[in-house]
Amino acid sequence: MLRIKNLESGYGRLKVLKKVTMHIRSGEIVTIIGANGAGKTSLLKTIAGLLPARSGEILFDTKDIGNLPPEKVVFRGCSLVPEGRQVFAPMTVRENILLGAYTQYRNGKGGAVRDDIERVYGIFPRLRERERQLAGTLSGGEQQMLAIARALMARPKLIMMDEPSMGLAPLVIRDIFAVITRLRKEGGTVLLVEQNARAALGIADRGYVLETGRIIMEGEAEELLSNREVQRAYLGRDLDAEGKM
Amino acid sequence: MAGVTYGTIYAIVAIGFNIIYNATGIINFAQGEFVMLGGMTAVTLSRFVPLPVAILGAVVLTTIVGAVIEIVFIRWLHRPSVLRMVIITIGISILIREIALHVWGESVRSLPYFTGTSVTSIRLGGVYISPQVLWAVGVGAVAVALLSAFFNLTMLGRQMRACSANRDAARLCGINAGNMVTLSFMISAAIGAIGGCVVCPITYVHYDSGTPLAIKGFTVAILGGLGNSTAAVGAGMILGILESFSIWVLPAAYKEAISIAILLLILFVRPSGIFGSAEAARLKEF
Ligand SMILES: Nc1ncnc2c1ncn2[C@@H]1O[C@H](COP(=O)(O)OP(=O)(O)O)[C@@H](O)[C@H]1O
Ligand SMILES: [Mg+2]
Repeated sequence: MLRIKNLESGYGRLKVLKKVTMHIRSGEIVTIIGANGAGKTSLLKTIAGLLPARSGEILFDTKDIGNLPPEKVVFRGCSLVPEGRQVFAPMTVRENILLGAYTQYRNGKGGAVRDDIERVYGIFPRLRERERQLAGTLSGGEQQMLAIARALMARPKLIMMDEPSMGLAPLVIRDIFAVITRLRKEGGTVLLVEQNARAALGIADRGYVLETGRIIMEGEAEELLSNREVQRAYLGRDLDAEGKM
Repeated sequence: MAGVTYGTIYAIVAIGFNIIYNATGIINFAQGEFVMLGGMTAVTLSRFVPLPVAILGAVVLTTIVGAVIEIVFIRWLHRPSVLRMVIITIGISILIREIALHVWGESVRSLPYFTGTSVTSIRLGGVYISPQVLWAVGVGAVAVALLSAFFNLTMLGRQMRACSANRDAARLCGINAGNMVTLSFMISAAIGAIGGCVVCPITYVHYDSGTPLAIKGFTVAILGGLGNSTAAVGAGMILGILESFSIWVLPAAYKEAISIAILLLILFVRPSGIFGSAEAARLKEF
């Protein structure tokens, strides 16, 4: 579904991604783990078109999307749930969700939007209760649900999520991760970026480890979970954190 | 009652400021020129076609000018600084004024009263009002209501608000943010031109009448809290009425100084505007 070859990108003179090569098959949950500043967000932004690719290629459904601006990438069926939720704060929950359906309206599938709204409300019943509330007044967890719901409204073939668990309570994180596995069960494909490596590998099929802009390891999720290096560098800290939970 | 007429046009200019500000974070100092262009073009067209057609034509032409300005001067700038935008929009305003001087000369012009003449008056609850004042207020009110409906109830309006709330997130939804900015210039130009047409029978219009309006409109926009169009209506009325009462207590020459005094006072004391709440400002800035 997604095939990236030797991708490089960065900000100004700073090169962040160095020859990143990876792929995602349809129906998979693939996770990218890595420390703060490794370039995970930059990678997702480059795929989504927010950050221009310097070299390499991004093939989505065998077509190159490397040079497309973000508003075109969504139309191809690839949606990003950005880091830090980025909901439309001064607008209502329902308006946020409607805006997520913009591509559907443009593709002449506006008639299906009603059902799609029911579907995301089914996944996140909390959003239905808060329908008329301004998105900026929601709790962090609810904003994350809204950001995911908004992305789902475009009916993406691939949904990319950038640290959906960031700053959320353990119970809320569990809900969000349950939704991610549910999406796979319903035929979706997910690219999940997480610092919470244990949780992410727990639900993923495969994973990549990103370190200072390079993929240093890849494999089946269980394989990575039992890898000593991964355990020391990325799971040890999580064990401490989970001890506190 | 002149105060109400001026208040209406100030409010309209302020709303024009707000629409572009909300979409881009830019203060468009050429906003007053849209009002002037609307009035001037309508006057010229009215010599050849009936008044309603002339006004419609003026609004359409000014809207096109708004789009051209955005496409030529603004669109290609990549994250420009505020100072650069101020200089560019002031430059655009000077440019438009010079072109207007060239085309129309220095003469002061006016449209005929939409209904009746300059001496017609309607009795309304004990006071006599010129029907043109009612036109101005009525058209202003309808414009505000339509704009509010547009921004809150239509998908296109929501797209514009989404871009102003979070440009990147809007693009991730598939919205073409660049086009929304062009649209904001077009709407601002259109509403400015409409305002210019309805008030010009009373206030007159000449090539240079846009600049003072921009200052007044900016004062009103700040007074109501930048970006807040409902408050701009109230603030516009306050300034218009203050000005018209001031000639009883101050020499008429000081009338123009009032808005500057208010502007400075507000900027020092309450930059979020008299109607603006800190809460709303935070949500907006985000
Ligand atoms: N907008 C930006 N401008 C300049 N440098 C940035 C920007 N965003 C991120 N970086 C740099 O790029 C590197 C990777 O950041 P990021 O992709 O956010 O990592 P991660 O998401 O893995 O924490 C970091 O060194 C960071 O300082
Ligand atoms: Mg990140």
